[in-house]
Amino acid sequence: MQERELRALIETVRTGKLARRSFIERMVGLGLTAPMASMMLMHAGVAQAQSAPVYKPTKRGGGGPLKVLFWQGATLLQPHFANGTKDQEGSRIFYEPLAVWDNDGNLVPILAAEIPSVANGGVLEGGKVVRWRLKKGVTWHDGKPFTADDVVFTWDYARDPATAAVTIAVYKDVTVSKVDDHTVLVSFKKATPFWATAFVAAEGMIIPKHLFAAYAGAKSREAPTNLKPVGTGPYKFVDFKPGDIVSGAINMNYHMPNRPFFDTIEMKGGGDATSAARAVLQTGEYDYAWNLQVEDEVLKRMEAGGKGKAHIVPGGDIEFIQVNITDPWNEVEGERGSVKSKHFAFSDIKVREAMSLLCDKKSMQEFIYGRTGVATANFMNNPPRFKSPNTKWEFNIDKANALLDGAGWKRGADGIREKGGKKMKFVYQTSINGTRQKEQAIVKQAAQKAGIDLELKSVTASVFFSSDVANPDTYGKFWSDLQMYTTTMTAPDAQRFMDQYKSDEASQKANKWSGRNICRYVNPEYDKLFLSGESELDPVKRAAIFIKLNDMVVNEFIVIPLISRPRVRGGNLKLITTLSGWDLDFSALQNWYREGAVA
Amino acid sequence: MGPYLLRRLLIALPSLLGISVVLFTVLALAPGDPFSEMALNPNIPPEVQANLRKQFGLDDPIWQRYFRWLFAMFRGDWGFSFISRVDVDTLILQRVPVTLAIIGASQILALAVALPVGIYAAARPYSWFDRIASTLAFIGFSLPTFFTGLLLILLFSIKLDWLPFVYRADISATGWEWWWLHIKQAIMPVTVLGLLQGASWTRYVRSAVLDVIRLDYVTTARSKGLHERAVIMKHVVRNALIPVVTLVALTMPVVFGGAIITEQIFRIPGIGSLLIDAILRNDTPVVMAVTFVFSCLVIIFNLIADLLYGWLDPRISYR
Repeated sequence: MQERELRALIETVRTGKLARRSFIERMVGLGLTAPMASMMLMHAGVAQAQSAPVYKPTKRGGGGPLKVLFWQGATLLQPHFANGTKDQEGSRIFYEPLAVWDNDGNLVPILAAEIPSVANGGVLEGGKVVRWRLKKGVTWHDGKPFTADDVVFTWDYARDPATAAVTIAVYKDVTVSKVDDHTVLVSFKKATPFWATAFVAAEGMIIPKHLFAAYAGAKSREAPTNLKPVGTGPYKFVDFKPGDIVSGAINMNYHMPNRPFFDTIEMKGGGDATSAARAVLQTGEYDYAWNLQVEDEVLKRMEAGGKGKAHIVPGGDIEFIQVNITDPWNEVEGERGSVKSKHFAFSDIKVREAMSLLCDKKSMQEFIYGRTGVATANFMNNPPRFKSPNTKWEFNIDKANALLDGAGWKRGADGIREKGGKKMKFVYQTSINGTRQKEQAIVKQAAQKAGIDLELKSVTASVFFSSDVANPDTYGKFWSDLQMYTTTMTAPDAQRFMDQYKSDEASQKANKWSGRNICRYVNPEYDKLFLSGESELDPVKRAAIFIKLNDMVVNEFIVIPLISRPRVRGGNLKLITTLSGWDLDFSALQNWYREGAVA
Repeated sequence: MGPYLLRRLLIALPSLLGISVVLFTVLALAPGDPFSEMALNPNIPPEVQANLRKQFGLDDPIWQRYFRWLFAMFRGDWGFSFISRVDVDTLILQRVPVTLAIIGASQILALAVALPVGIYAAARPYSWFDRIASTLAFIGFSLPTFFTGLLLILLFSIKLDWLPFVYRADISATGWEWWWLHIKQAIMPVTVLGLLQGASWTRYVRSAVLDVIRLDYVTTARSKGLHERAVIMKHVVRNALIPVVTLVALTMPVVFGGAIITEQIFRIPGIGSLLIDAILRNDTPVVMAVTFVFSCLVIIFNLIADLLYGWLDPRISYR
């Protein structure tokens, strides 16, 4: 989709011909994120739809306990040290950011009094400076007032390399200054169309200055508040056992009226996803379960118990196959998979295309994922095709055979194709996971019919996803012909996502295989386009560039997108949650309540 | 006995050192990295990981890290977890009460089953009771805990809805209700562990009693006209228990170590689940501390068992 078409589309949203939500869905289909699409509309002056969630309780508290099950328990409660989502979720019970993303990509204010926009004078100099007005009368759990000093301190704390905060990338390149007690300015080095990064969502949680000031920098580990969080959130800290339990009690001074509903919250960790699903859906022992990576068939059987149901929340996670265009088997200049080498078969785009024709995504969706996965081409640029989801991709063994014949790969006596004495045998690796092994089997079956012999390899997840330089089986090394895993679009902006195919990010020996370009795709045109996208100020132009980048990678069959995986959560039938696929589960925890028990 | 004890303790020291070297090396050589979860997240620049590795001293050579750990250990400093950044001793102490309660209760249950059943079966070998007890014992120790655990959950939690299957160490209730809730959630895990242990101990008790019951002095006691009950309790059991007591003493370290699989199934926050989480996340200080405590306990209980031998059987002397 070109810039012009994008603009036309935005215009239809402005005039009300196209629903805001369908615009955002369409952009997500093009490989962008909902927050990005929403920022594009904001920039064009289309007001955000503040869809206030229905909240029935008319008084604070009285809802009894809220019991939440995470099969990976929180290991620490300092949001800026979070090892993973589970830690961010645990921290989010107590700490809050200025704003969060809702499921339609809208920014929703939490500690901010309003969302900055060009119209209210909050976004200045084309996004170079953003002015946040803070909510007044908010207090920390210990009674101290929440002010601009805390916001400035959070920035100062997180950007210090000695603190080793995991959120450093968000804060190191911005400057935050205080205007008055309830106003801060966030200044970027250059105009930034996507400015909602600092103090927003999972990485934006504000920590209290009066408790952390003495522990910034190298002493950050020693702060007692790391283990006993004091935030502004709906629940106050009660107890924490790493890996096991986080518990909280209602904050009677919470800054939103009639919230929260529950008197206590308990976040229990440990166990496995299947039994977590059982405890919520089947026995009702718990109210809510996080990340149910369970086959849909099993979920349905549990739902029949009548205690809970699965919530399917669309987000940006995609299960995909990477195709190795370098030679993973022989050393070139002292390393396997060198950027300078060429794969014996996959360096030919026809072979890559044939491979993508052999991925039966429909069967994967129908027989493996059910409601928990949607076959996707994800990246495509033709709006009419978008409307008809069945034509986006093709599973066609005959066409694959024809392509391979045309490329000079002839079938040998054993039915396996060969060319120049080289047999078409590929190693197809992934992590050990029941679902993935089934997907592998589906691809292998089809490949066999096309005269390709796939050797299936599965590596323990903790090894496959590790960054261990000494291990040959990590996904970062990609020492096989094909590999498959799920890529998560963790940032609401696509820039971080698209740098995965830049040539200077190529994962190789020189950077200890920590480069983000795991396919080792090298295309000067891509690099040039990415660079122009990085410095593009106009969000529409920028979006058009990113869509083009997506198309390049997919149309050259460097990656084969398989299944778009929504988030799967389990909830009690009576529990009313507000979930977002672009933020944490607890991003709107203050709005959760139980139906039928309303006082 | 004094010099014997001293000698044993002195021998224990180098073996502990040896154990710690082996543990440390294996952990250092094992693949993985405590910060691998961060490596997966593209929003976290690799410098953060590098910085943390440097701060936590992970980039130093293995021998340096080992001696640093050893000297800290001598000073009583157990280090802190790389993952949660909490001191290791705090982490372990948090988990000890639950472990002791659950595993301790299951060992008591095992003894309560094994002793009477084993003795009664041996007193009437090849009777119907003995056959049924033996069959059940075989079934009992052939079924792994993950199987019996799931079976019990299926029956008592899902079908009957009587018992919870998620164990919560933090129960806010007080008084009788607190006790009732704790007992209710402990029933299934304690049964699973206790019956497995009890089944194998039943076989031990039975064979130990059988060995003794055929001896001449038992026949003498019977011919003196003593009551059968007195013969069994006073003459047979006392002697038969010597090997059993040793066996029980040697399983005591297990009580501390927890039961990894059962803890995982019922989500019991015990030492076992702490250990398995730490291993999966390459959290070296925690793995080192737990396994080290465990090996100390094995050595100590071995010593205690040896001392108990002498006390139970005066023919054994220490030289």
